[in-house]
Amino acid sequence: MIRLRPYLTVFRMRFALMLQYRAAAVAGFGTQCWWGLIKVMVFAAFFRSSTAHQPMNFAQAVTYVWLGQAFLALLPWLADPEIAQMVASGNVAYERLRPLDTYFFWYARAMAWMIARAVPRALMMFSFACVVVPVLGMGEWRLRLPATPESAALFLAAITVTVLLSSAIVMFVNLGCVVTLSERGVNSLIVPFILILSGNIVPLPFFPNWMQPLLFAQPFAGLVDIPYRIYFGGLTGWIALGGIAQMIAWTVVLGFVGHRALRAAMDRLQVQGG
Amino acid sequence: MPQILVQELSKSYLVSEREAGAWGSLKGLIRRRRRVIEALKSISFSLERGELLGFIGPNGAGKSTTIKILSGILRPSSGRCEVRGLVPWRDRIEHVARIGVVFGQRTQLWWDLPVIEGFELLRDIYRVGEAEYRKSLDAMVTLMRLERLLDQPVRQLSLGQRMRCEIAAAMLHRPEILFLDEPTIGLDAVSKLAVREFVGTLNREAGVTVILTTHDMHDIEALAQRVIVIGNGVILADTSFERLRAEVLTERRLFIDFAGKAPALEIPGVQVRSREGNSLELAFDPRQVPAPELIGRITSEHDLLDFHLEQPRIEEVIAHFYNIHGATEA
Repeated sequence: MIRLRPYLTVFRMRFALMLQYRAAAVAGFGTQCWWGLIKVMVFAAFFRSSTAHQPMNFAQAVTYVWLGQAFLALLPWLADPEIAQMVASGNVAYERLRPLDTYFFWYARAMAWMIARAVPRALMMFSFACVVVPVLGMGEWRLRLPATPESAALFLAAITVTVLLSSAIVMFVNLGCVVTLSERGVNSLIVPFILILSGNIVPLPFFPNWMQPLLFAQPFAGLVDIPYRIYFGGLTGWIALGGIAQMIAWTVVLGFVGHRALRAAMDRLQVQGG
Repeated sequence: MPQILVQELSKSYLVSEREAGAWGSLKGLIRRRRRVIEALKSISFSLERGELLGFIGPNGAGKSTTIKILSGILRPSSGRCEVRGLVPWRDRIEHVARIGVVFGQRTQLWWDLPVIEGFELLRDIYRVGEAEYRKSLDAMVTLMRLERLLDQPVRQLSLGQRMRCEIAAAMLHRPEILFLDEPTIGLDAVSKLAVREFVGTLNREAGVTVILTTHDMHDIEALAQRVIVIGNGVILADTSFERLRAEVLTERRLFIDFAGKAPALEIPGVQVRSREGNSLELAFDPRQVPAPELIGRITSEHDLLDFHLEQPRIEEVIAHFYNIHGATEA
């Protein structure tokens, strides 16, 4: 436990600090409601115009959209601003004065940053999409509860792994910052990948059939598609468990590679100066 | 074995250059010109436990590079460096757990957190036990008079207050060695005195080894028993401050106000530094021309209203020292 203490403390401190930014959460929430409604309308138009069999029904697609809005902050599309700022100011080298493994030091912070942003936004979004939307008379467009208690339990497990996976991906974006000395390049490079391959723009099941195995196997599926489909019962039983196992596997692989890559980048920093 | 051992340590950086202008940037895309900068050229010194060493030298001399190598941030190009038997960059985690580092230009505290919470964070990062932490904290709070600062967020502190907190923060895990890189930079006179006092006390009473870089010669004068002067990556002098002063500070200045217009003085070994109406400023080496003799000679030939004798300021002396060694920044 004493070995873990520094990382837990860093996590707790960052979490507490991030929760102070309530105004940002409220502003973000407003935008996310608006975008959510637009996406739902697009799906409504789509389902009305097509009679072909779709990989998910309208209610499920709407749920998928609202979950995406609720957990938007779990998407790893930005370098951790704290790290990006350190890179800009040349303070990265000073992180090396702490008697800690830099990877886990940063990982704990990235995770805290992510969770602290996601929790208030998710709570607000759930109350909006589950309660406010039906009260306004748009019951068709509401966020449904998980399909079964089993789905709910599996979803909780999956979304927990999503946080671990997403933090591991943020660490790669951080790494890109450290290597290129700026967060702009990496940030703009990663965004399209994340948005498309996670299923945030179009749910992955709507892609052509031949792509499905590939899409299911790639690491970004665990950010959005797998947990959300578990939520509404699109993935159940062994397939759902397989999805979660896939996410865990990617987390471990990305963590391992990221750890080594960060060490190499830090070694180079030691040679070349901060 | 000494606590800190540095042998033939060298550090060179590779920097990319490009020619000025648009054409230069285009050429830079195809082939970059690289230049090697030698920040340290084979320096050697060693330090025993409990010593207080001042590192001085012009900007770009290699002071910070040395500190960064000793604290494990940088890896040297060649040479040997051991601190408490550890190689700083190789045994980084073990090494940094036992040293304290303060960079005057940067803050290690968390900007948005009250000081005390930053301290608690450091307690956990360095895995300091609660009882031990209490003891260190109490000692630091008394020594640096921090009682009223602990609950303030770091961003609200003045520079002087912050620097006191920074030093306290660097000492919470009870390091045996403290590295201070320009700890008095930008501080007002009172804060400078306070910082000097704290550092002196830590060194004398807690037996902490201190390596200090500064541009303020008064820091060195007040604190350092030993001074290393570094310029262009080589050690120019490794001596006590008194010796350094005696060696370079031989010159005296004589300021004279004459009753009439200042005369043209032609005395061998005496140099007229400035002339203004009835006043003269003379520079001389007392080993060549003893001061009483010079004054006697002038008073016998001219009517004087007033005169006084001065030693050059330490800053001037050091600047002179850098100059004779060709160590001023290119």
